[in-house]
Amino acid sequence: MSDGLMQLLDPEAIVLGSDASTNEEIIRILAGRLETLGYVKSTYADAVVRREMTIPTGLPLERADNVAVPHTDPEHVLKPGIAMGTLKQPVTFANMEDPDEKLPVGFVFLLAINDKDKQIEALQSVMATIQNPNALDGLRSARTLDDVRAVLG
Amino acid sequence: MSRQKTILFACGTGIATSTAVNVAVTEAMKKRGLTFNAQQAKATEVPGLADNVDFIVATTPISASVTKPVIKGLAFLTGIGKDKVLDEIEAQLRK
Repeated sequence: MSDGLMQLLDPEAIVLGSDASTNEEIIRILAGRLETLGYVKSTYADAVVRREMTIPTGLPLERADNVAVPHTDPEHVLKPGIAMGTLKQPVTFANMEDPDEKLPVGFVFLLAINDKDKQIEALQSVMATIQNPNALDGLRSARTLDDVRAVLG
Repeated sequence: MSRQKTILFACGTGIATSTAVNVAVTEAMKKRGLTFNAQQAKATEVPGLADNVDFIVATTPISASVTKPVIKGLAFLTGIGKDKVLDEIEAQLRK
């Protein structure tokens, strides 16, 4: 089961089994990785957290552990990248389509996007993973980068 | 179909999820023998752009002031209920 996502994820930007207890906490952990790795500006984390409050990114997958894809405007991005976090206990994100609905989220794909025409492949790869229940189940139990590679190829 | 229709794809930033939805809809409609013009925008820009498009496919809530049809595009991100939404889009394109 390979969605090609592994080639797009910086191994340093993968956090497995995080203890984060709020959406802001996991966003800041992952944004910190992207900032350290040179993908985003120091303004990125605040911008994503702020945006999540008004335009949320939780995706309802009819699971106990849904997915969120936080991101923000391109001016905070230096180069395209994706960070991924899995959570020990789901945290709450609001539903993208219906912000009044709260979703338990177990997987966060933090997107740094600055050119839609060049990042279609990356977006498609993230979506393919989200839509693959076996991949999500594999990621939930992944404890090492090799485990993640085995799932995402 | 006398003229090519225009779909406005909208999401929070106008570049992330609307791109994924645009690509998914374009590919699926090609398989159904349908083509269309595509535009992308932030959800907040939709009221100003709606007059120049036939309908909107959005992953985020769209202002109630917009009178053009709005089709929910979240199915293309989650994979759940995708065929039903594709049928809705096809029906709008064939109008």
